[in-house]
Amino acid sequence: MYPGKVIGRVVCSVKTPELEGVKLLILQPTDWEQKPDGDPLVVGDCVGSGAGEFVFYVQAREAAVTLPGIPAIDAAIVGIIDGLTLEGAG
Amino acid sequence: MKFARVIGNTVATQKDERFDGRTMLVIQPVDIHFQPEGSYLVAIDAVQAGEGELVLYATGSSARQTDVTKDRPCDCVIIGIVDLVEVKGSTIFDKSQDPGVKRT
Repeated sequence: MYPGKVIGRVVCSVKTPELEGVKLLILQPTDWEQKPDGDPLVVGDCVGSGAGEFVFYVQAREAAVTLPGIPAIDAAIVGIIDGLTLEGAG
Repeated sequence: MKFARVIGNTVATQKDERFDGRTMLVIQPVDIHFQPEGSYLVAIDAVQAGEGELVLYATGSSARQTDVTKDRPCDCVIIGIVDLVEVKGSTIFDKSQDPGVKRT
């Protein structure tokens, strides 16, 4: 799993049936200090994340199993980070 | 998932028979500013996308999770036609204002 920040959302009215009701968000991958790292991507959300939240996400086939109906998604948020302890930091 | 523009169509008479009846579109991946990024891909179309449309595609083994790609040797599928993209509260893409779509 990798960290990232929710920066936006995508609306698709025409989509595969399995994607009905799935929230699609734009995620900026970050490092663990929340600095942007890499290009934004579109992710599914199964945990109710909102704009600006620091989250962690999975990529590839594992993302599909986070949602009911196993939609064809290759990235999904799986947790909202409330707190983080990094050894040696701070 | 990433964004892409549909830029063409592929015709192949000799192909894996599990692709029979499937639409194979050529897509140009684009970045978050909708500028072309990387080279073209062939994607199976699960949503009847049209030429010029901004779409969302999935890659890898996730691409086999649609009705049209299930159990088929497919690693790239179009899963949605994009209507609206919002980043940090502002709309950066609105299909009704999109000059890229070829309307008939």
